[in-house]
Amino acid sequence: MSLLAASSHQERIEHLPGHRVPLAEDAPLRLTSGAELSPVTVAYQTYGQLNADKSNAVLVCHALTGDQFAAETHPVTRKAGWWSLMVGPGRVLDSDRFFVICANVLGGCMGTTGPADLNPETGEPWGLDFPVVTIADMVEAQRLLLDHLGIDKLLAVIGGSMGGMQVLEWAAKYPERVGAAIPLATASHHTAQNIAFHEIGRQAIMADPDWEGGAYFRSGKKPRRGLAVARMTAHVTYLSEPALHRKFGRRLQDRKGLSFGFDADFQVESYLRYQGKSFVDRFDANSYLYITRAMDYFDLAEDYGGKLAAAFKDSPVRFCVASFTSDWLFPTPEAKRVVHALNAAAADVSFVEIDSDKGHDAFLLNEPELHATLHGFLSAQCERTGIPTAPLALIEESEIGESEERVT
Amino acid sequence: MSPLDSPALRAKKAGRRGDSRPGLRADLQLIADMIETSSRVLDVGCGDGQLLHYLVEEKHVVGRGLELSQEGVNAMVSNGLSVVQGDADTDLIDFPDRAFDYVVLSQTLQATRDPRFVMEQLVRIGRRAIVSFPNFGYWRVRLRLLFGGRMPVTESLPDRWFETPNIHLCTLLDFLELCRACGISVERGLTLDKRGEAQSITGRPRANLLATDGLFVLSQG
Repeated sequence: MSLLAASSHQERIEHLPGHRVPLAEDAPLRLTSGAELSPVTVAYQTYGQLNADKSNAVLVCHALTGDQFAAETHPVTRKAGWWSLMVGPGRVLDSDRFFVICANVLGGCMGTTGPADLNPETGEPWGLDFPVVTIADMVEAQRLLLDHLGIDKLLAVIGGSMGGMQVLEWAAKYPERVGAAIPLATASHHTAQNIAFHEIGRQAIMADPDWEGGAYFRSGKKPRRGLAVARMTAHVTYLSEPALHRKFGRRLQDRKGLSFGFDADFQVESYLRYQGKSFVDRFDANSYLYITRAMDYFDLAEDYGGKLAAAFKDSPVRFCVASFTSDWLFPTPEAKRVVHALNAAAADVSFVEIDSDKGHDAFLLNEPELHATLHGFLSAQCERTGIPTAPLALIEESEIGESEERVT
Repeated sequence: MSPLDSPALRAKKAGRRGDSRPGLRADLQLIADMIETSSRVLDVGCGDGQLLHYLVEEKHVVGRGLELSQEGVNAMVSNGLSVVQGDADTDLIDFPDRAFDYVVLSQTLQATRDPRFVMEQLVRIGRRAIVSFPNFGYWRVRLRLLFGGRMPVTESLPDRWFETPNIHLCTLLDFLELCRACGISVERGLTLDKRGEAQSITGRPRANLLATDGLFVLSQG
């Protein structure tokens, strides 16, 4: 059966590959808001083998619309995994040497407990009755998973964008369980501009009459148009003017001249419409509301008396922070704020600003300088931990092309 | 013939690459010898981390680098060293007071946009700063200017005046005057001759004429 055509959310997640484990069954997970969840199901995927002393585990934290299928053909979209250039044999996160874990975030829609799942009290999907979750709550769900897997200490935790927020939260909250932390294209708090873009997305969803106050599961419809517009807006923020220009310029879509109407005359319009439409097939609108909210609420310094450096006091974690020159969503000054705090806390930090014109999405794409830096950083971490090192494999042209077409 | 026969600058131009041990460059070895075991060291403009690598291996320091070039940063990170990509002019401000025992600025001061600001930052961040730079008062430089009538272009400083990154060249006397103006104490001064041999600045008469390079240990006055 095609997962794309699966009639309900429940039906779809039942058929997804990978693992799903119910956690927090005995003691509920207490969320930042004060609400409690029990059980918390975590859907996750792993690549590679856990070694005997459980010292080679790497946790990958996904971004807003990513999921646990980082390095394999996606079971719903049939496209390459969102980080297949980073995770796999001979990659930076080498599945021949590391045990790579990637879990769907709390509030997500790919098998981890979220608003599309059934509320055990009502037997209906949660919808807006689902409690608001935070980045810290997402990390707690991952922590439960690691406890379940018996992994005390991660070799590394890595992620970009919202994934990077989780990395920072991990390092701040559980420094003794993190060997190395690699936050990419991220920030220690969500800026006003980023909250603003998220609000536009949420308003687009909520303005769609098919959203029905979040209870669209009753009618069997989906707020497709609203979610598509939300995705289109967000998608633009992930790119850059040079990237858009290179990809599309002002080229027209399958026509010789302007239509003097409101069809998708330009290729960029056609592309965005396609991105919006295909996103709706794989993502839940309420999940989108909850996860964007979690990002908006993220302010790590706030949790430590307003001083970001206090979040990393006496941290034994080795940090490698990276930003991209053309990323205007999580620009370099945001990364430097983190580096500044880490320096103030006398933490072990490396920082690199990668020269790229691909915008925020650069962390997902073929960026050889990024890969070289991270490979070097992780190799040093391996030497400290007694894990073998290996050279980076070359990335095939065909894989690069595919990844450029697949933007998470 | 090079009027700037500075062994340090020549090495800088050749790049601070390659395996750091056993052959640490002469001026870097002088710096390394000044640094106490197990101290905290920030190397500003650390290149590929030759000095830091040596210090971490041999003196068990906690080392950090600040480096502008991508290849330098990658080389450092690959060697397990910690480095922040950045610029002395703009990024030193982000380091807290007294974060390090030593802050090293080797053969880089002359390429900064605001040397005075950078110097003040060095002694703020470190208990001590160690600064080395080529002496533009060296007699061969003076001769080149006197008889050639042009800005010296040499083997070790091959760029012409309009394209050189070395925009703030100074003499030993200029440097000492800046230290006084900033209230920076000079704890120790070494001068290097063209053979790379070091002598205390107080033990070398006419050092400003005879030294190719100066190497100073500084602290906030």
